[in-house]
Amino acid sequence: MNLEPTEEQKAIIAQVRRFVREEIVPLEDKLDPDASELPPEDRERLVAKVKAMGLYGLDIPAEFGGPGIDMSTRVLLAIEMGQHRAGLYVPCYGVFGAAGLAQLYEATPEQKEKYLFPMLRGEKKAFFGLTEPSGGSDPARAIKTRATKTNEGWVINGSKVYISGADKADFGLVFARTDPERGRGGVTCFIVETSWPGFHVRRVIHTLRSSHYATELQFDELKVPDTAILGELNKGFAIANERLSRQRIPYAAQCLAPAFKAHEMAIDYAKQRETFGAKLASRQAIQWMLVDNEIDLRQSTLMCLAAAAKCDAGEPFRMEAGLAKLVASEAAGRVVDRSMQIFGGAGMTKDFPFERWYRELRIRRVGEGPNEVQRHVVARDLLGDSLR
Amino acid sequence: MAIRMTKPWVSLTAENVKALPGQLGVFQLANAAGEVVFIGFGGGRALFGIRSELDKAVADPPAGATQFRVEINQQYTTRYQELLMLHVHDHGAVPAGNLGKPLPTLGRLSPL
Ligand SMILES: Cc1cc2nc3c(=O)[nH]c(=O)nc-3n(C[C@H](O)[C@H](O)[C@H](O)COP(=O)(O)OP(=O)(O)OC[C@H]3O[C@@H](n4cnc5c(N)ncnc54)[C@H](O)[C@@H]3O)c2cc1C
Repeated sequence: MNLEPTEEQKAIIAQVRRFVREEIVPLEDKLDPDASELPPEDRERLVAKVKAMGLYGLDIPAEFGGPGIDMSTRVLLAIEMGQHRAGLYVPCYGVFGAAGLAQLYEATPEQKEKYLFPMLRGEKKAFFGLTEPSGGSDPARAIKTRATKTNEGWVINGSKVYISGADKADFGLVFARTDPERGRGGVTCFIVETSWPGFHVRRVIHTLRSSHYATELQFDELKVPDTAILGELNKGFAIANERLSRQRIPYAAQCLAPAFKAHEMAIDYAKQRETFGAKLASRQAIQWMLVDNEIDLRQSTLMCLAAAAKCDAGEPFRMEAGLAKLVASEAAGRVVDRSMQIFGGAGMTKDFPFERWYRELRIRRVGEGPNEVQRHVVARDLLGDSLR
Repeated sequence: MAIRMTKPWVSLTAENVKALPGQLGVFQLANAAGEVVFIGFGGGRALFGIRSELDKAVADPPAGATQFRVEINQQYTTRYQELLMLHVHDHGAVPAGNLGKPLPTLGRLSPL
């Protein structure tokens, strides 16, 4: 087992690191501290640069025209791309392109033409509508939104909460109960266009992530055709399971990006700042905080790379991906917290990016499968049937 | 939290603005008829938050603004977007004073 990046990986990492430091960070100095968008002219210029670097559409599978980057390299890139103020939720402000919803890669040819390809070209935006007021950890049981069969197709009634980007989306995936008698086996995934009558974005939900909000949706007699079903009837949870686990690995690595930057800043600061006649760096209390940061960062990076290595080798990696997500999201929060402490009052201000990282990292322990649920899934893998 | 701002309007004068705290938040400006003509925010880059932004409005009132109201809000970026979207929902367009100025990408809201 070799943990040293290859020459090719080192070259890509260096290129992306330079891009973040020379192109993104200087722009950020002029943006609002909570900004999540670049001015259009900067965005266009940087997208063109990324395309010239051959890295546009980083997460698009090679068979759909993406650059075909392996998961280990993707982990290393995630750690680089997010080392700026907005980097946790909008690494490089999205100029590397987005892969969109993994489930759509399993769509029918007609659905791909209508939704997937325009989404990959950046022409259409999508949302993912699973969570409901009745709960998101266990959607199989909690989903109350009903889709009822009619002669023309289906009629959907119900609501969703905490849905990101639905107000700006052209379409989205809505999970609805199609068989009330069955739990997990009674939920179907529908592709729903936001312009269809009966689709409503009722309110903005403000969260700690003040760069972009979540929304609450209501479906009021929303009519959808049979062709809107993604995958099979009553098998909404069976779509793209492996692709969704894959997504979890860069999600985990992304948590580490601001943590690496915070740690680097804390080290620099500790070497300069003096209290009681000596540098902070000379104090054991501070040294231990930095060592604990180093331990958190190394352990989490190794967990992400271990998950990526299994994924690249074509071996089962669901447990490793879940572990990487929960370890990295928790460790990154601790690293940013310690780094803020080393900065003292300055660490609490909007003059530095820590406060944004601190707020946004908190959400990572709930998003993409809450950490308790990740632990639950790992326990099931470890204990198998004896858990029941 | 009420989604629309409902506080009474205050006259847009240097004296009234001076009395504001230097906090982060959002604000609306209205003309004499009480019609919203501008929605803005005082963010982390403004020296004294909403007060600094309203100082600018006193010096150069956008779209004939004569009154203001503020809401102190740490989530000023998303609240700002929400207020703009609500205005578009209610009136079909962003306020006159926001036209021609950089705007965030706005979504569509249909509040009850
Ligand atoms: C900013 C933001 C954006 C979001 N975007 C989206 C989106 O785009 N689409 C979407 O569908 N959802 C989205 N969500 C919702 C998110 O996925 C859910 O919040 C999450 O799944 C948890 O669901 P819940 O909030 O209903 O908590 P609940 O399911 O009610 O759980 C409450 C708490 O109990 C814990 N818990 C649950 N079961 C167990 C157990 N067996 N043992 C121990 N602890 C347990 C959970 O981990 C959680 O901490 C978003 C959430 C946020 C905050």
